[in-house]
Amino acid sequence: MTIDQILVIVGGLGLAAWVAWYFWFSEKKAVKVQLAESGIQEAVIKVQGGYTPDVLIFEAGKPIKLNFIREETAGCTEEVIFSDLNISATLTPFKTIPVELKIDKPGEYDFHCRMGMVKGKLIIQQSLENSDLKKSL
Amino acid sequence: MLNQEKPHSSAAHDPVCGMEVKSPSKYYINLLDKRYEFCSEKCQNEFALYPNKYIEKANNVQPSYKTTSYGIEKLSLPIIGLHCISCINNIEKEIKKLDGIKNVHVNYAAQTAHVEFKSGETTTEDIISAIKNAGYQTGKSTLKLGINGMHCGSCVTKIEKELKKKSGVISAAVDLGSESAIINYIPGLIDTKEIKNVIEKLGYKIFDTAGVSKGYPGKAAEEPGKEKEEKIKEGPVDENQKAREKEYKTLMHKFIFAGILSLPVILFSYPDLWGLPAQFQKGADLLKTIWLGMSLLSLPVMLWSGSQFYTGAWAAFKNRSANMHTLIATGISAAWLYSTAAVLFPGIFPSEKLADVFFDVIFVVVALVVLGMALEIRAKGKSSEAIKKLIGLQAKTARVQREGKELDIPIEEVVLDDTIIVRPGEKIPVDGIITDGSSTVDESMITGESIPVEKNTGDEVIGASINKTGSFKFKATKVGKDTALAQIIQMVEQAQSSKAPIQRVVDNVSGYFVPAVIIMAILSFVTWYVFGPVPQLVYALIVFVTVLVIACPCALGLATPISLMVGVGKGAENGILIRSGDALETAQKLDAIVLDKTGTITEGKPSLTDVIVSNGFEEDEVLALSASVEKFSEHPLAEAIVKGAEDKNLTLAEPKEFNAIPGYGVEANANGKKILLGNLKMMKKFSIQLDNLEEQSSKLADEGKTPMFAAIDGKAAGIIAVADIIKPDSISAIAQLKKLGLEVVMITGDNRRTANAIAKQVGIDRVLSEVLPEDKAFNVQKLQNEGKKVAMVGDGINDAPALAQADIGLAIGTGTDVAIEASDITLIKGSLKGVVLAIQLSKATMKNIKENLFGAFFYNGLGLPIAAGLLYPFFGILLSPIIAGAAMAFSSVTVVTNANRLRRFKAKV
Repeated sequence: MTIDQILVIVGGLGLAAWVAWYFWFSEKKAVKVQLAESGIQEAVIKVQGGYTPDVLIFEAGKPIKLNFIREETAGCTEEVIFSDLNISATLTPFKTIPVELKIDKPGEYDFHCRMGMVKGKLIIQQSLENSDLKKSL
Repeated sequence: MLNQEKPHSSAAHDPVCGMEVKSPSKYYINLLDKRYEFCSEKCQNEFALYPNKYIEKANNVQPSYKTTSYGIEKLSLPIIGLHCISCINNIEKEIKKLDGIKNVHVNYAAQTAHVEFKSGETTTEDIISAIKNAGYQTGKSTLKLGINGMHCGSCVTKIEKELKKKSGVISAAVDLGSESAIINYIPGLIDTKEIKNVIEKLGYKIFDTAGVSKGYPGKAAEEPGKEKEEKIKEGPVDENQKAREKEYKTLMHKFIFAGILSLPVILFSYPDLWGLPAQFQKGADLLKTIWLGMSLLSLPVMLWSGSQFYTGAWAAFKNRSANMHTLIATGISAAWLYSTAAVLFPGIFPSEKLADVFFDVIFVVVALVVLGMALEIRAKGKSSEAIKKLIGLQAKTARVQREGKELDIPIEEVVLDDTIIVRPGEKIPVDGIITDGSSTVDESMITGESIPVEKNTGDEVIGASINKTGSFKFKATKVGKDTALAQIIQMVEQAQSSKAPIQRVVDNVSGYFVPAVIIMAILSFVTWYVFGPVPQLVYALIVFVTVLVIACPCALGLATPISLMVGVGKGAENGILIRSGDALETAQKLDAIVLDKTGTITEGKPSLTDVIVSNGFEEDEVLALSASVEKFSEHPLAEAIVKGAEDKNLTLAEPKEFNAIPGYGVEANANGKKILLGNLKMMKKFSIQLDNLEEQSSKLADEGKTPMFAAIDGKAAGIIAVADIIKPDSISAIAQLKKLGLEVVMITGDNRRTANAIAKQVGIDRVLSEVLPEDKAFNVQKLQNEGKKVAMVGDGINDAPALAQADIGLAIGTGTDVAIEASDITLIKGSLKGVVLAIQLSKATMKNIKENLFGAFFYNGLGLPIAAGLLYPFFGILLSPIIAGAAMAFSSVTVVTNANRLRRFKAKV
């Protein structure tokens, strides 16, 4: 085996391992959305080839408002679908399209385009209801 | 014992949350000689902590409410998405948190909040945002107006201020730049005319009414603060249609650009193949210069024609995910880097042979994939046609009679109980009940029933259906989001975005697919480099690019949802509302189907079936006299007889000396004759000689009919039989269901004799008779325990528990009740044919989905190994990246095209 072959093998395997790590095993950055004064958890999601941010953390049982801004006309992302919730919205390009949700059960809820090529996730966590209530009263 | 020192009535206001609490309450605080009562310990504690904050409020509340109603506004707000009784508390609580709220009551059935509030302390907008805080939306309309004659910023404030003063106006945003205003208002409290008046009175001209746009429930709803974005909105459908058209055009331009440029590139990439002159052959200086030109020319192709690959890939990469764009971008970039290196620095390659170029791959792959994307947009537009058609069905205006005047108003302003006038050929704007006049109405767009339906006073009409012949007036019973059409649209949209269980397989795969392809491409490259034939580097690169380009994650991702969308839409066109992908998938796996007898197999109300005469009486005479006797009775059996006589155009006489004998029958005089109508006991009581009529009567009873004896002037005249008749298409529908391989079971509360008689007529073998309504669900469960997947067909009211228990509940709705909660599938047209159609459609859709999935898996499963060169050692076959590009481009188009075949689905009934 020649030296270049060994280099290609080592390099190739290394690259493959990196691909696997980067796309599958590395920790995704999640954004925790704070409860606003109005009592709504509001976030802006930019849609361009993907959702930014694509992993969002919310509190259960409080209204959620996701403002999607689709900054492209590529057909793929025209619709955003929350299939676990049977909710969808048509994203008109370059407009803010709010999607309002209220999820009571903690867990993970996916959202994606019609093809499922572009994906995001809502992580719903148990709310710290009691400590907050006093403040809001 | 009860504490009697309560200050006023038996109801007190909790000063903290504003709720009405029963006095005396368990929770109270005595402060400054006054007793404050609370709903809970929480409020009590809150009050104890900040008494001043609430005392003032409490003091305000009581007197002003009692003494005067000055400044108190009453507001009724429609609320969207109210699904549970407990939601009401949430909303009421949120509203009560506001200052100045006197009374809140949310009506669940009407989905409306009734609020009384002090206009000085709270605004309508506050209340709406309180409802939003509780997680709900309010029904409102948005009006866009163009305003002329505004010259300064102060005009804006002036108009906004004036508008906001009006009750019913939630928000008003005037924009000087675009000379327009966006006004959110509550229809019913104020109408567009009044709004326009306000502006015109201030001295401005309204030049353009862009129309009224509505937020659909469950979909993106507009927010009062978001007027800016709404400004240019002209209804989301058109806007998106335009965006799609634009995207299609851009892609086509990109395709043409890359396509035309690819021709010379292909020519000079294979000089030996085309037998070009020597100066263009490999090694020649001229060719090298041309190749350099091609390298530069690839840049606009990659960066403009293929720009979406790079932006898409980068966006995904940032989110640590990968998609089709990642694959294409990596593939063409690799080809370009290699080729450009070969042109610029041929010296770095060990042999001259390796310094080859692949510019043609870049041009052709970009051109083809972009073309594929363009075609896909076109095809997808067709897939969503059904919902567009539904939305397009809505009428735009209604002719309403208010205070004696006829007004043409936008449909959004029609309120409950409005009287609406419809002329021949016009669209019926909303749901309602005819109060005056009659006509035939074409309801095919809603029910799928092609024959126009006759409508008389008291009949229901459905919005969006078309009035054919006569004029009539009707009272609006459902408006806005509650109309059948609005609910249908909502249900269809929800179903189209739901997930079929089969999709989960794909979901599991798709998360891993693209990175796996990249890894496969890398490993193929390594394998070919190490073990491949000479020149290894060239082969390794070709294989690397081919694997990346041929993989088509889109085909996989599209397979299920696109068919589901077409299938659900097709159902809606035929009056079948499928609630979810889950329902669709289960509906084609059924083993048994339980049909409720009354109202499902039969009409659900009795009609005249037989008139048997004896002793020389005429059939018409017996019927006419019997009907005359029953003329004023409201019993359903009596009504059936009267209707039967009327259908035969018989003249009825006025009954005299009418006497009803409970448990026996009736007696009366008509046309000077004494008539008795009743059961056997009745005849015996009056000693009527029946002869063979008794035998015939029991024969009729065996057939499931209800026979009644008639006697005229003391002589037996015959038998009149009524029965709940079988719907005209039940028999053929049941035969069809059997043909589909289903065990058909009838369930009924009737006695066994009647039940069996009906079952025999319609061809059902298995009968569950004498089942109490509450036991229907249990009987469905018994069938399920036999290991069967069971569907239940019922009317959705009495049968709700059984519908919910069944694997698939099919509710037969009639008229405007389309959103039947317990059902998985709702049939708008009250016929069993719809059941057959629903099952056939779900079978066809699932078959289509499976074809798509098979195609997509087969394509990728076969294409990827071939691209990697698996066939090369055996047959010497290696794919060109160009072929791979073509295959990839057309695989997703094929999936969409196959799904669109479903649009041609026709029931085989």
